Amino acid sequence: MSEPLLDVRDLRTEFSTDDGIVRAVDGVSFKVEPGQVLGIVGESGSGKSVTCLTVMGLNDPKFAVSSGEVLFRGEDLLKVSKSRLREVRGNEIAMIFQDPMTSLNPVHKIGRQLAEAVVLHEDVSRKQAYARARELLKAVGIPRAERRIDDYPHQFSGGMRQRVMIAMALINNPDLIIADEPTTALDVTTQAQILALLKRLQEDFGSAVIMITHDLGVVAEVADDVIVMYAARIVERGAVRSIFNEPRHPYTWGLMGSLPRLDVNVERLYQIPGQPPSLLNPPVGCRFHPRCAFAMPVCREKDPRLEATSGDPAHEEACHLDGETKSREAAALVATLTAGAVV
Amino acid sequence: MSTVGAGNELLVVEDLKKHFPVTRGIVFQKEIATVKAVDGVSFTLREGETLGIVGESGCGKSTLVRCILKLLEPTGGRVVFQGQDITGLSRREMRPLRRNMMMVFQDPYASLNARKRVGFIIGEALELHGIGTPAERKRRVQELLEVVGLNPEHYNRFPHEFSGGQRQRIGVARALAVNPKLIFCDEPVSALDVSVQAQILNLLKDLQREFGLTYVFIAHDLNVVRHISDRVMVMYLGKAVELADRDELYIHPKHPYTGALLSAVPIASPDIGRARKQVVLEGDVPNPINPPVACNFHPRCPRFHQGHCDVETPPLAPIAHDHLVACHYPLERWPMDIADRSVAAAQPVESAG
Repeated sequence: MSEPLLDVRDLRTEFSTDDGIVRAVDGVSFKVEPGQVLGIVGESGSGKSVTCLTVMGLNDPKFAVSSGEVLFRGEDLLKVSKSRLREVRGNEIAMIFQDPMTSLNPVHKIGRQLAEAVVLHEDVSRKQAYARARELLKAVGIPRAERRIDDYPHQFSGGMRQRVMIAMALINNPDLIIADEPTTALDVTTQAQILALLKRLQEDFGSAVIMITHDLGVVAEVADDVIVMYAARIVERGAVRSIFNEPRHPYTWGLMGSLPRLDVNVERLYQIPGQPPSLLNPPVGCRFHPRCAFAMPVCREKDPRLEATSGDPAHEEACHLDGETKSREAAALVATLTAGAVV
Repeated sequence: MSTVGAGNELLVVEDLKKHFPVTRGIVFQKEIATVKAVDGVSFTLREGETLGIVGESGCGKSTLVRCILKLLEPTGGRVVFQGQDITGLSRREMRPLRRNMMMVFQDPYASLNARKRVGFIIGEALELHGIGTPAERKRRVQELLEVVGLNPEHYNRFPHEFSGGQRQRIGVARALAVNPKLIFCDEPVSALDVSVQAQILNLLKDLQREFGLTYVFIAHDLNVVRHISDRVMVMYLGKAVELADRDELYIHPKHPYTGALLSAVPIASPDIGRARKQVVLEGDVPNPINPPVACNFHPRCPRFHQGHCDVETPPLAPIAHDHLVACHYPLERWPMDIADRSVAAAQPVESAG
């Protein structure tokens, strides 16, 4: 394989708070290849958003300290100058945020906001920038783009605003798009439109995408590869089919079992006891052990490493259980879900 | 599970309407339009069942519940609770009835008074209804804390000392305090993480079995509604478009909107999710101030027939046993075939601007 587009190595981000130091990201490594769609799933506080904010250099330097390496085409973004980072951001890497209302400037027309993104990164005239803005609004399926370019954000509905955000992210043809819960604030039919749009544009433009979400359904629909995060760490990763068809970490089992599903009837949902730990004072050993039904003495002492145990070298999980138990439990879970399947 | 039959109707809602005036001017307010937030919804709720109400934001599902509880005054229609018409009752007359109808709210952060202790929050309804002595009330609250899976010793804590899931448990305990018959749950799990959501859903199911509760469960998440409901009602722009048994609705949806909703839900299985044919609706939900005439879904409908759907309003009528649908051209099969569509692509509709 050629050089990956993004190579994150042992990323750590700490925030100092009044209560102490919060390790929001604690030793996370992953790679993104050109054109790949990587899904990062996890519950709130698992560190998925902070990971991506750190990659973009968007954490407040007053409170956050990061270490590790973020190699974007071989260049470490944690070490580059602020002006170089600004060149990369919005040009080579773009971000789509969750809430389209708060991430657009309410006092400027959207045409101006889109054109600004072009002018900042390219030496073009205002006219050319506006032409590009119009073209992108059309590409993301905004009807009557010529007229709507002079509208303010409040004149758009939620789904349309998210389309504008996507247009803004794509306007400089980035190689990597980081989408942080891009459809969470939207209704389900709008979500389907936006996901279909993202997929189509990703194919047309050939950008790589990191999709951060708490929704396993969204990941199953769009991602090529999946990372599952829990308490600031990666607990499992692999190709999307292998994660869903043979999950190998007890937390992933818990997530899948506790998810009510349209296509599966179960009388009672599996329930992960307790709640995610505080990152001020995370459990020693495996961070999931206090909630894990399979916890062994070793889990309380030793931190499990990410390793491949299924024979598929791309599928890794951080769990002390033996490979046989994992395969058996995974098969049992998938069998339960299949047994409950309707239509 | 639902016990079908006459005579066990707990709640009957008939042609309920709530129209909000849109006014202009500050001193002399002139009504310039109305928003028909709920526009003629009827349904019957049977004792011991869970009725799920789904729809996208703005479809009127929350307004509907607020009208039933008379937290909002309905513009028209009738609400009959346990055989008694409560539509015309005054606030004072409503008060004793409120014991039987409680509500669990969406946001566990905003719906608990941050300055009151948990014991007070849960026990307040008991006090208001004059139930028991202070000592008895305290015992009852501690019992309730235990029922919802919290530690009875947390009686004196404040809401901020609890996590989101625990707060929602407090919300449930508060609703349970006066032994209601009917609980309205308005998006009770949509603010919670998946693992916590499962805990609350299981709790609600357990409590229903234990205390014989009836639920009206509002949610936008079709997965959750499928899991918890016995029957499901789908709403669009203030109207009920389909009402059926859970499995019937999810396996044989008849209204094209229900079909579109179902096919829009991402499925947590790459093998199934990517293989199915999706019906992606064009456009957004139209502006409720100026909704489309006749069937208000027609501009987005894949089975739109010009001259019929935009002229005549389809009534909510039975299509099969216990299955009501408001559509002139209900789906014949599901999943939909390309041949089932009468128009290639509906024109995008815009709501704002």
